[in-house]
Amino acid sequence: MLRYVYADQLKNHPKLAASMFRDRADQFKTRLGWDVSVDAEGFERDQYDDLNPLYVIWENVDGSHGGSMRFLPTTGRTMVNEHFGSLMSGPITSPTIWECTRFCLNRNAESRVAAALMLGGGEIMQNFGVHHFVGVFDARMVRIYRMIGSSPDILGFDGEGRDKISVGLWHFAPEAQAKVASRAGLSLELSRLWFARSFGDTGAPAYELARTA
Amino acid sequence: MLNAVTAKSSLEDILEELEQAEGLGALQTASERLRDHFDVDHIVYHWVDSAGDQYGCGTYSDEWRDHYLKQNYLRVDPVIIGCFQRFHPVDWKRLDWSSKQARAFQQEAIEYGVGNQGFSVPIRGPNGQFALFTISHNCDDDTWATFTETHRRDLILIAHYFNEKALEFEPGRIPENHQPLSPREIDAMTLLAMGYSRAQVAQTLSISEHTLRVYIESARFKLGAMNTTHAVARAMSRGLIVV
Repeated sequence: MLRYVYADQLKNHPKLAASMFRDRADQFKTRLGWDVSVDAEGFERDQYDDLNPLYVIWENVDGSHGGSMRFLPTTGRTMVNEHFGSLMSGPITSPTIWECTRFCLNRNAESRVAAALMLGGGEIMQNFGVHHFVGVFDARMVRIYRMIGSSPDILGFDGEGRDKISVGLWHFAPEAQAKVASRAGLSLELSRLWFARSFGDTGAPAYELARTA
Repeated sequence: MLNAVTAKSSLEDILEELEQAEGLGALQTASERLRDHFDVDHIVYHWVDSAGDQYGCGTYSDEWRDHYLKQNYLRVDPVIIGCFQRFHPVDWKRLDWSSKQARAFQQEAIEYGVGNQGFSVPIRGPNGQFALFTISHNCDDDTWATFTETHRRDLILIAHYFNEKALEFEPGRIPENHQPLSPREIDAMTLLAMGYSRAQVAQTLSISEHTLRVYIESARFKLGAMNTTHAVARAMSRGLIVV
């Protein structure tokens, strides 16, 4: 299932959080050879994880991490603006543009996990008034994004071949959403339910109903 | 709420006045004008810093404000608790009102005329600064859902513009100039000011229209504007673009 979790809520999901940071180490350090730091616990964390970002995480049936990505609004500190500004004529700043970084997949993740994550990104756009995501990703992801029907516009890139890092942007497109949902093997209803659950829709009587209590 | 017939100030006019004004009183005036513009019960801006100090302005009654402060409701208010450390806009229905304290608080808030619906935009400012921009009203769920859906984007932008203004008055703050436009943003604003269509601008700059939209959106925010026309006007009046 998809979970939407702020960093300060990760403590409620210890297994999920630990496996996410380990999968990030596996992807960015071991497989891609990026210059990222991995701590004694085997976690890949950076300074942006300390800014209480919002993670969208695919949770496997056993409670472990299948894939994830990390969001921060571009009104505050972001990786794209602080490290990739020159690639995209930045800084880009708006509460309706969020950055999406650390798109990560467990090495055994089913192919539908990437699509499920993109579907989660679409929920954020639709529900929170976000118009665009600006993201940083490696060359390998270009093919994956294309496969799941959610190719970004490339704003700029650095490096070549396997070392190529790109900055791209996504916008919400209803026609793409249906395709991404089908790649993910998920209905839009289920996607909406997961989103609503993460953001407090328990189905219980809320503010308005209690008025008459 | 959605079909008021009286002439209202445009958002651009309200923000223009806010931008020019000096002193925190401008935020109060702008709250009242926005309330009338949107034809809702209340608009409130509430700043809380890391030391727990707070500053607020808006259209809630003085009685409710005094009661809130006296009871130290900052520690109970589910809107504060649920929005602190967040950056997504929140409909009050999504918050946790389940505790006894929260329910009692809610009952009182409604008695004091806060309204049965609310929508809050959390803002993370520099150095741990946190503020909330809230709009509240009395209406049914469907009407409220339509209202927030329709105005969400504008409310998010206004929330941040309020906070920018409030930050100007922070003690010890070094006055800084407006965030500069990037070269691409200047290109886009200049071509739009020359009367180019978006398609023509995108073609001239050899970028997609979606990419152009990001530059326009970012420029608009940096300029404190509500829409593209407003942004172009501001860029010109500040001398940032020359046509």
